Amino acid sequence: MLEGLDAVVLARAQFAFTMSFHIIFPAFSIGLASYLAVLEALWLWSGREVFINLFNYWLKIFAVAFGMGVVSGIVMSYQFGTNWAAFSDKTGPVIGPLMAYEVLTAFFLEAGFLGVMLFGLKRVGPRLHFFATLMVAVGTLISAFWILSANSWMQTPAGYAINAAGQYIAADWWKVIFNPSFPYRLVHMVLAAYLTTAFVVGAVGAFHLLRDSVGDGPRVMFSMAMWMAALVAPVQILAGDQHGLNTLEHQPAKVMAMEGHFQSHPDGAPLILFGLPSQDRATVDYALQIPKASSLILKHSLDAPLKGLDSVPRENWPYVPIVFWSFRIMVGIGFLMLGLGLFSLLARWRGALYQWRPLHWMALMMGPAGFIAVLAGWVTTEAGRQPFTVYGLLRTVDAASPLAAPAVASSLIAFVIVYFVVFAAGAVYILRLMAAPPHHGEEGPSAEMPGRAAGLTPAVASVAAGPSHQGRT
Amino acid sequence: MPDVLDLTIIWAFIIAFAVFAYVVMDGFDLGLGMLFPFFPRKQDRDVMMNTVAPVWDGNETWLVLGGGGLFAAFPLAYAVLMPALYTPIIAMLLGLVFRGVAFEFRWRSQRERNLWDIAFAGGSLLATLAQGIALGAILQGIKVSGRIYGGGWWDWLTPFSVLTGLALVAGYGLLGATWLVMKTNGDLRDRAYVLSWRFLVATLLAIAVVSLATPFLEAEYWRRWFAWPNILLTAPVPIAVAAVTLLLVNSLSNKQDYRPFFLSLVLFALSYAGLGISMFPYIVPRSITIWQAAAPTNSQQFMLVGVAIMVPIILIYTAFAYWVFRGKVDHGTGYH
Repeated sequence: MLEGLDAVVLARAQFAFTMSFHIIFPAFSIGLASYLAVLEALWLWSGREVFINLFNYWLKIFAVAFGMGVVSGIVMSYQFGTNWAAFSDKTGPVIGPLMAYEVLTAFFLEAGFLGVMLFGLKRVGPRLHFFATLMVAVGTLISAFWILSANSWMQTPAGYAINAAGQYIAADWWKVIFNPSFPYRLVHMVLAAYLTTAFVVGAVGAFHLLRDSVGDGPRVMFSMAMWMAALVAPVQILAGDQHGLNTLEHQPAKVMAMEGHFQSHPDGAPLILFGLPSQDRATVDYALQIPKASSLILKHSLDAPLKGLDSVPRENWPYVPIVFWSFRIMVGIGFLMLGLGLFSLLARWRGALYQWRPLHWMALMMGPAGFIAVLAGWVTTEAGRQPFTVYGLLRTVDAASPLAAPAVASSLIAFVIVYFVVFAAGAVYILRLMAAPPHHGEEGPSAEMPGRAAGLTPAVASVAAGPSHQGRT
Repeated sequence: MPDVLDLTIIWAFIIAFAVFAYVVMDGFDLGLGMLFPFFPRKQDRDVMMNTVAPVWDGNETWLVLGGGGLFAAFPLAYAVLMPALYTPIIAMLLGLVFRGVAFEFRWRSQRERNLWDIAFAGGSLLATLAQGIALGAILQGIKVSGRIYGGGWWDWLTPFSVLTGLALVAGYGLLGATWLVMKTNGDLRDRAYVLSWRFLVATLLAIAVVSLATPFLEAEYWRRWFAWPNILLTAPVPIAVAAVTLLLVNSLSNKQDYRPFFLSLVLFALSYAGLGISMFPYIVPRSITIWQAAAPTNSQQFMLVGVAIMVPIILIYTAFAYWVFRGKVDHGTGYH
């Protein structure tokens, strides 16, 4: 029994690890694919060279990130079966078709047009090439649609029945796909992907503005990214609030853990800003709180009663400290993003968007903020769902494969080693690409790489790759 | 009742088609990776990589459809097979991680290029071996208790599964070599011809040994292939293999460009049909039939709509991508 439990803990660790690595890349590539489509559209529409330069600049970064997203995604698609066999058997009839639709409508679309997008501009001409770019961008969004539908069904299952074999089957596909939390989750995730990308683009723009790079590439990048921050960050906070209300309705224990409400509050719950939650003693120590504010946020009334975890059987509690902290990290970053967006509006209004160095420094430091927020948000929602894999229906311990702990442990170690080697290398290559500013006549992946290129020799290619590249080799 | 039956058979064919599409498409680019050690010169490797760089990603998507389709259409089989094949599947995934990133990474640093070349070749070899071993492990039968896998962590490893692993290495090597014949010129193509011969011999040997060994795994396999009157139905397969082999030898002798690759694909199709004859109607051999593993009818129907609409469209734009990057790839003159 103890051995079985160990295998489950290890399987959860493995899933959390591989998923944490994977989610970074879709979060980036969903936003970047749309950004690329916008850049190419602006180029076709205005004919300004800066847009195609930026397009080719970000295309190279997209290629590396997309490659890493693909390989880590293939791992995810097989992990349901290897580590969560009982889950696969029971939920396959419901979740399986959603995943199959993702592959059919999104993966193939992205993969099929990716080659044309990366290497085909000179082969197919600008219009058909733009179509390919658009298809890749649309593919990433369709992919988000299906994967979030599947994930949301595991959070707020609906439209199902149970058959004689103990499997969940669809009673109503419409209710399965558009389950109660799905619209909120989809909007929240896509906006998060756009913000994540905007902050990366903004940081690269700021970096080159700080280095006094000539050319209008960094300016255009920085300006576009700051518009995104100023306009989308407040929308995202609103969307997050709505998502929270939805979660309160369908997964109350998760919200109790997020808020740190161990006790019920019959006449208005305080908003705990910070504190140290203790799972064993069911208290939040050193709590810094605003009286009645939690009721105000969640129920829009100061004295509205709010239930705590004491109303939930203890064996159904999520692990509060993780959910509590990850939620605060996500929300904190959300407000920092809003702050930077507003700061940029002020700078723009005063005509100092490209001169105000504190703003550039802040944007540079906020570059990875989106990734951290996405990870923290994902931890909040997934850890908050525990101890269930399918909320209220299937416990995580009952979802695992009949595996021995050593098997899961050795594969976990293998994944950790391989992922750190591979993704560290990928991060280095992406940072190298970002370290060089977009320049006049920026070429896409096809021209920089020997052989993919129209007659470029390796020596020429290494020059084209920029000074930072040469400096290291 | 009969239409339920039909739907399950249709789904068995769809999954079989997805897996075969994967073998056809990713097979040659995995094979090409394994051929890297035979082409030590950098510019040869550049050309080799460029023959598949624009399409490999789409090729690998068929693997996701095969796995995802199995999960959706035959969840019980997916739940039993994946833990049974735990180690080969994890090894395959790790191999694919290495070779997948090598496509992008090897261009990005002069100094580390050799390391990513090794990752590309090694990852391709590991993934191929793992796929072949998984196939052998499935053929030899899988223990099931209730609705879960009932065997041990190392059950997949037997002399037979190692044999099928090596057989697939030979087969993908043949696909990779004949692909190179088709897509390259000059000295590179000449050496690809030599390799095509070697891998053809290895593949034929592998087909023969695996075919002879399979009937001894299970009495049922033996009856299916050799008992009268089944042999009337099964005999055309080995006869066709012999005929295709003759055509292949002929096309390689005449230094033809396209026929060796397509004939190699036909060889794969025949071997694959042979596997189908052995396995049907089991999806987890000797334990679970396709009907026992099938998802409920409404799941199968719901997905069939998607497959019927999307697969033709996918095939069209896949063909478009191959068309855009058609023709020979030379060093310095490719990808205008």
